[in-house]
Amino acid sequence: MSHACHKHFEQPKEFKFSAENMKHIEQFIAKYPKGKQQSAIMPLLDLAQRQHDNWIPEAAMEEIARILDVPRIRVFEVATFYTMYNLAPRGKHHLQFCTTTPCWLRGSADVVSACEKHLGIKLGETTEDGMFTITDVECLGACVNAPVVQRNGDEYYEDLTPENVVKVLEDLKAGKTLEHGSKGGRNKSMSAAGTTTLVEQAGKSGIPVATDAAKGKK
Amino acid sequence: MLQDKDRIFTNLYGWQGADLKSAQARGDWSGTKDLMAKGHDWIIEEVKTSELRGRGGAGFPTGMKWSFMPKESKDGRPNYLVINADESEPGTCKDRDIIRHEPHKIVEGALLASYAMRAHACYIYIRGEFYMEAMALQKAIDEAYAAGLIGKNASGSGWDFDLYLHRGAGAYICGEETALLNSLEGKKGQPRNKPPFPAGAGLYACPTTVNNIETIAVVPEILRRGGAWFASIGPEKNRGTKVFCISGHVNNPCNVEEALGVPLKDLIEKHAGGVRGGWDNLLAIIPGGSSTRLLPRDVCDTITMDFDALRGAWSGLGTAGVIVMDKSTDVVYAIARLARFYWHESCGQCTPCREGTGWMYRIMQRMVKGEANIEEIDMLLDIGSEIEGHTICAHGDASAWPIQGLIKHFRPEMEKRILEYRKRLVA
Ligand SMILES: Cc1cc2nc3c(=O)[nH]c(=O)nc-3n(C[C@H](O)[C@H](O)[C@H](O)COP(=O)(O)O)c2cc1C
Ligand code: SF4
Ligand code: FES
Repeated sequence: MSHACHKHFEQPKEFKFSAENMKHIEQFIAKYPKGKQQSAIMPLLDLAQRQHDNWIPEAAMEEIARILDVPRIRVFEVATFYTMYNLAPRGKHHLQFCTTTPCWLRGSADVVSACEKHLGIKLGETTEDGMFTITDVECLGACVNAPVVQRNGDEYYEDLTPENVVKVLEDLKAGKTLEHGSKGGRNKSMSAAGTTTLVEQAGKSGIPVATDAAKGKK
Repeated sequence: MLQDKDRIFTNLYGWQGADLKSAQARGDWSGTKDLMAKGHDWIIEEVKTSELRGRGGAGFPTGMKWSFMPKESKDGRPNYLVINADESEPGTCKDRDIIRHEPHKIVEGALLASYAMRAHACYIYIRGEFYMEAMALQKAIDEAYAAGLIGKNASGSGWDFDLYLHRGAGAYICGEETALLNSLEGKKGQPRNKPPFPAGAGLYACPTTVNNIETIAVVPEILRRGGAWFASIGPEKNRGTKVFCISGHVNNPCNVEEALGVPLKDLIEKHAGGVRGGWDNLLAIIPGGSSTRLLPRDVCDTITMDFDALRGAWSGLGTAGVIVMDKSTDVVYAIARLARFYWHESCGQCTPCREGTGWMYRIMQRMVKGEANIEEIDMLLDIGSEIEGHTICAHGDASAWPIQGLIKHFRPEMEKRILEYRKRLVA
């Protein structure tokens, strides 16, 4: 398990949801039957994290318990069980590299080392300027586009190489908005040699069809 | 091999829009009301005729599962359908494509399946990391509400139906159906003791069916074309089409919809561009996601991809996540990394799983270097059998399987490493 946090940080004394988020909260609670508002703990934790610079302070957990009228411990135990809730500050870009076997087979170890080298930090650490935190995670569910990294729990960059991942880092640092998805110029989860199925639809959409010769090519 | 005319997911790769209009142009939402007019039990019977088996890993017959749900409520408890989109089994990324590119198949399937099981509400539980995918699915849900396809008097059927999306937050174990229900109730995602089974007391202690999202997404097409059509594809008891994920050492990793029963070699050569360096460069394949035992090269030559054939080869179809390893692979590391996964994802409730997965992982780490005793190979098997069948959920069992596969097919490699390590120590 990775505990990637700044060495020192302070817990804010108070936390209030924004007026807009209070509206979202009403919608979330309405998804569940009357009296089952405990179900809304997860969406509210997520909302708090989004509002509060990508981490959830204790005061937010207290506030969630108050809003949902559940004992504080219910919120705390959920917040600590799930890995996507950050209970301490992260870098501006929290990059989570998948290193599970399918990604490893496609070179995730080299991608991670290229990153560590470029940023001068190791997995589990944050850069001095607070720009990047890097950690490793388990399968992100995008294995045919391995290796994969996720940024701030929101978007994936896929088909990574030691070269294109450095470009990703540079672009993020320069404040560019990045396209999510394949960094290898590939169409989603389709074969890079062109499609092998749905030939008619491919024609209509201008998608290349794999020729027998291309199928086996790198 | 499957013909294009029999493919269900015609927008698997997202060439066209995922929006309602594009989905309708592909045939989604056509005649939904008429299908519902045929009645709850007609839908269940048609799904039985199709011989559809659950796409979440265990392959349980879907029609039969649906028939376990109470037909009327004697005590006022409602029925629920809960759709499992937690997709976290290493090697598996099929649900993701269905969610982002074919979300209306899911929404329509949710309505039809809920109607069949007399449920007025359905929850979809999607893994937290699938944020983009959750946005795409929510958009489809909103569109369907706005068009009157779901909601009050859904599709003009007279049936009220609500569909809600619930995002997880990073815990593999929430894919286990009772852990998922706990998570949905706002609790830690830990599996429940069974019985009671969800059909008796599931979500909020109400009768509940949990289905994988691919299972639900193929239902509208099955009902439109008829169960007999689906049952005409694939070998006996292993019917229909399936989205396969081909990852690892192939030239062109990809997802593809194929017929169950497709030969593994064809799947890889026709769709994924073959094994890197050619078929002869193949070492082993994990055929159905990380929990299934690997297949050595000679089995891969002839095996077909369906539930029963793979079970016969002491493995399984699982989630149809095909992980290919060529001869350059350190197969001991490949499995040790999976051992780390099972250890990391154990929810910690059962002692054999919590302690056993850590123990196996520690031994496996040493096995990678050869820093172990020969007897520890059998010890790994012993620990596995101490876990298997002694835990609340199948995560414990699944943690033992990859290691069993490794030992069965690569014991000499493990022994060689240990001996070489010894030699280096002496030298
Ligand atoms: C540890 C564990 C993880 C699981 N993860 C998933 C998952 O991510 N998605 C899924 O559909 N089923 C998963 N399952 C299987 C579910 O418990 C359940 O059997 C399945 O959702 C039933 O759907 P089906 O009948 O449509 O296959 C998992 C099971 C276990 C034991
Ligand atoms: S087997 Fe493992 S994951 Fe499943 S309930 Fe027990 S400890 Fe949790
Ligand atoms: S193993 Fe990396 S995304 Fe699945």
